[in-house]
Formats: sequence, C-alpha cells, structure tokens
Amino acid sequence: MKLEGVSKSYKHRGRLVTALDNATLEIHRGEFVAVVGASGSGKSTLLLMFGGMLSPSSGRVFLNGHSLYDLSPNQRAEIRRDKIGFVFQTFNLIPYLTALENVQIPLYLAGRAPADQRERATNLLHRVGLGDRLDHKPAELSVGQQQRVALARVLANDPEVVLADEPTGNLDPDTSEQILRQLDELNREGRTIVMVTHDPRAAARAGRILHLNAGRVLPQGPNPDSSRPAGEPNYAVVEGARR
Amino acid sequence: MQLRQLVWREAFERKNQLATSFFAIFLGIAAIVSIKSITFYSEKAVARELDALGANILVLPKSASVQDYYSADMQHEDFPEEYVSVLTMSDLQGLDNLSPKLSIPIEVRGKKVTLTGILPKSEFQIKAMWAGAGVFSLPAEGCGSVAVVPDAFKPPVQETLMRKRVIDDLGDNEALIGAEVAALLSIREGDEVEALGKKFRVTAVLPQTGTVDDSRIFAHLHTVQELTGKGHVLNAIEIVGCCNAIAGGLVQKVNKLLPNAKVVTVTQVVDTQIKTNRMMARLSFVFLGIIVLVGGASIANYMYANVFERRREIGSLMALGAGSGLILRMFLLKALLLGLAGGVAGYVLGTVLAVTLGPRVAGIIVMPMPILLVWAVGISVLIALAASYLPARRAALLDPCATLQEV
Repeated sequence: MKLEGVSKSYKHRGRLVTALDNATLEIHRGEFVAVVGASGSGKSTLLLMFGGMLSPSSGRVFLNGHSLYDLSPNQRAEIRRDKIGFVFQTFNLIPYLTALENVQIPLYLAGRAPADQRERATNLLHRVGLGDRLDHKPAELSVGQQQRVALARVLANDPEVVLADEPTGNLDPDTSEQILRQLDELNREGRTIVMVTHDPRAAARAGRILHLNAGRVLPQGPNPDSSRPAGEPNYAVVEGARR
Repeated sequence: MQLRQLVWREAFERKNQLATSFFAIFLGIAAIVSIKSITFYSEKAVARELDALGANILVLPKSASVQDYYSADMQHEDFPEEYVSVLTMSDLQGLDNLSPKLSIPIEVRGKKVTLTGILPKSEFQIKAMWAGAGVFSLPAEGCGSVAVVPDAFKPPVQETLMRKRVIDDLGDNEALIGAEVAALLSIREGDEVEALGKKFRVTAVLPQTGTVDDSRIFAHLHTVQELTGKGHVLNAIEIVGCCNAIAGGLVQKVNKLLPNAKVVTVTQVVDTQIKTNRMMARLSFVFLGIIVLVGGASIANYMYANVFERRREIGSLMALGAGSGLILRMFLLKALLLGLAGGVAGYVLGTVLAVTLGPRVAGIIVMPMPILLVWAVGISVLIALAASYLPARRAALLDPCATLQEV
C-alpha cells in the first residue's frame, strides 16, 4: 500500500481543516503497522484513505499497484469486499442481525450461497470463541464479544489487508489483549495490518509505528519494542514532512 | 443472508416507525377501493333503473321534434323501417335495446287516443339479419343489460311489460291498452276494441307508468303499418342506450349512421346518470390525490428519516463492500414490501367497508371486485416506490466516510 503526496482538506464551520498534509509512505505486504498520534492528527483519515472510503484532495493512493481513487466508487467497493477488512472502535455491527448474520454479510456481498455463508460464518465465530453466541444480537453480547464478532466478520472474505481503527479503544485490558492476539495471529498468517491506536501497549505489538502530527507523517524507524522475528518486513519509508 | 432477509429484519426492528407510513397508504387505498366498489355497483343499479324507465335515445324523422313524438302528431313524417337494420347491423357499442314504432292518432269510441305499432321481440329473432346482428344476444355488458340481481332473470310480468320495452309476443289482432285509455274507455283485459276498422283483442291492460304510454293502444307494428297504408315505415325508434356509451358520443354515432333522421337523447335522465358517474369519478380522483400526497409524503418522510437513522449502518455496509446499487435496492425493496402490504390490506378493508356499508349508505348490494386488488396493489406500490426513490438514491450516494463519522 502506498500514499504519494496525499493531502486531505475539508471545511468545518467555515474553517479549512487539513487532515493529512502531503503524506508519502509505503506499507509492504505482511507488515503490522501502528498509526499513533493525538486526536485530530489524521490517523483515521489515513486509514479510510487506504480503505478506499475517503478520496484525497490531492495525491494518489495505491493498493497492489492500482490507484484506488482512479477507480469508480463501485470498483472500490469491490476491492473492499475482496481484499480489505475493517475493524471499528465501535464495532459497527448491524444491530438487528444476529452474530451469525452479521458475519454472513460480507459473504452475502461476495455472492456466496446462503448455506455456504452459514457454514463459514459459524466456523469463524467458533474460531473467535463465540460458537455458543451465534443467535445473539449485538445488544445481547458484551463489548468484547461484539468486537470478536466484528473480527470474525473481517475474516469472512479472507482479506489481504486489515484496517483497524482503535480496535481496543472500548475494551477492558483482558479483552484488548484477546483482540491484539487475534490481530497478531492474522498478521502471522501473512495479512497486512494497519492499526490506528492511542494505546501504547497496542502500538508496541506492531512492527512499525507511524506518528502523525497535525496531518503530517513524522519520520519514524522500526519499532524497537516489536516482538517481530528478524527478517520480517519491519521498516518505514516516511517522506511526509511539510515542505 | 439475502437482501430480502436484510430488509425484512430491519423493517421489523423499526416496525413502529413503519406503521405510520403503512397506515397512511393502507387507509388511503381502503377509501378508494371502497368508493370505487360502491360507485361501480351504484352505476349498475342506476343503469338498471334507467333500463326499467325505458328508452333514453329517440330516432325521429328529420323535421320532427320531441314534442311531436310525445303528442303523437307525426302522421305526416316517417322514415323507412330499414333504419332498424342499419342500426342492428352496425358495430355500435352501447345499443342495449331497440323498439321501432309507428304512432298515429285515432278515435276509439269517440275518444282521441294514440295507436302505436310495436315489434315484438320474437319477430326480431325470426329475422335472420337482425338476429345475426345480435341485438338481443349481446353479452350483458351495457348498463341497460346488467343482470346482477337474481330478480332480473325472472320473466317479465305484466307490471314490467311496458318498462322492458320489448314485448315477447304480440299477435296480429292483439292489443295492449295503456292504463289511462283503459280507464277512459272502460276497457278490461279480454275485451275487444276496434281501431281503424279492425278488431283487436285486449291481451293486457298495462299498469300506470306516468308516461305517454298510459294514453296509448299498442298493436303489432306490421298491422298498424297495414292499417295506415303507409308501407314499411316508422316514425320513431326508441333506443335503450348505455349511459356511458351516450356520454362517449353514441348519439352522434347513431346520427352519423342515420343522416336523414333526427337523433335525440332524453337528456335529463342521461345527464343525471352522467353527473353521478362524473361526481363519483371525481371523488375517486380526490381520494387518489389525497393518498398520493398524504401517503407519498408520509412514506418519503419515513424513508428520509430511515436513511438518516441508518447512516452508520449504510457506512458499515459500504465498508464491507456494498455498492451503491445494493443500498438503493435495499431501500426500494422495503418500499415495494410496504406498497404490497398497504395495497393488499387496503383492498381487503376497502372491500369489507363497501360490502358492509354499500347496502346501508347507497341501498345497493356490493360484491368484492378482484380487479380492484390489482389496481390497489399497483397504485400502492407505485406511490411507495416513487416516494422512496429519492431517499433511496440519497442513501446510495452517501459518503461512506461521513456516515461512519470517523473524520
């Protein structure tokens, strides 16, 4: 994944806000990158741009060599469906559907048959330890269980890239640890993880940390606290300083 | 998971909000179905009344007036009997009954009365050309041919003989006597009466009708033609025309077929029927307007609120890979279900109301009209889809990022 000179500005109550300022960076396949920074520094903007959900004011965003925002919105939706998984801080589960049905949604969007959807969704919920909560609606689950349903939903279509926005923001330490372990596991399976977080302990799990400050990506090297084995991609190419 | 499951579950999750829109369209459709059902059977009932009342179109000699006809002062004007063939052989719709007549003033026992020659129904059927045209075998579709009430199938009794305008059989020396003439000349059924030198046996004294028929003696047309020595001529053809057909220009069409005759309509009677029909049609349109406005606005308002409320959900679906087409379909399918439910429920309630209230309000028997189900569902679905299209489009074009409120 790559950003080339990407800026994003929008007007808020008549004032021009720069969410991202001329950012250029590259994230390699299989990396686990944490994006940290103060509130309003542009972390979520960065994540949504990688997910094809927010077009830049200038610059280009690449995924597997394709310029995302040169594609139509529906083509970007197809890429999200097939290659990208989102994990949200507030889980964003569909409230009127059961855990099983929530996990079935990406499979339905991918055109899988209902029986196939049910089988795979059941397996995924078993994998995240919710095999006995298939018919529970989100409101009937604890926050930790909701986040695990969200994680199972992310895995439904076996995405190459997982974009997680404060995945542990609403969780107690034990549940946070469970979620981080799941993300570690996904990364070990070869998936690229980009995680926005305020939590230093969560950031420490990443192979690389990107610092954002007022929309600028600050120069940053490999994460010294990373437990990543040597030889794995674990570097940053950051050219985001304001000119 | 399928689209309909997604839509169904969401609809039931927020069923209270959905209920308002459902009731708006359901009640509107029920009102229209009820009005249309009552109107339909009311028109049929009025048409039957008109049928009983008699002819509503007159074909007269070119220079004659309606007054001439009623005063029977038409002995100097006539037209060929072939005019009847012209009418029966034509493809005109709405001619429910024809009654060719030749009327002349005569004196019987020193009193002035009108002798009217009429053609019994049996002779129409004997004439191959006329029977082939099917005047008496037309399907019962005109307002004058309606036979919904079982009584209509009963053979005509004496009291209705004149009102039906068609007399099944009438011999050459048989006569029917109007009530006024019978009273004036003290004639009773079975008596003999002499007219133009010929003796007739009175087969029936007709009941009082309050019309010009009360002062007439009816005999076979061909007998009267022979007695007057005028040959095969007529001076009137009474037509029971369907009022809707008259409104649709039947009189003008008959006039075109018979350019040498005068074609007039009993305007008061027909106008009353046409006005009633138009009033009910306008009432239906008013209700249609109300349902389009109230039902449509209610659905549109609900859909806009629903889209606003579900922005986050829409954003989540888009983040998971849903395209704008799927979001559009999701809302339109919901509108379709709403329209279907509103249409079917509205038809059921409207029909129940019409069947229950019809006899009390309009004094008519109303039967369910299945065709209105198609109409009700069609209108309801159309309104629901039209009212939901813009909100659905708005949902489909939502910025997924803004819907997640992450920036």
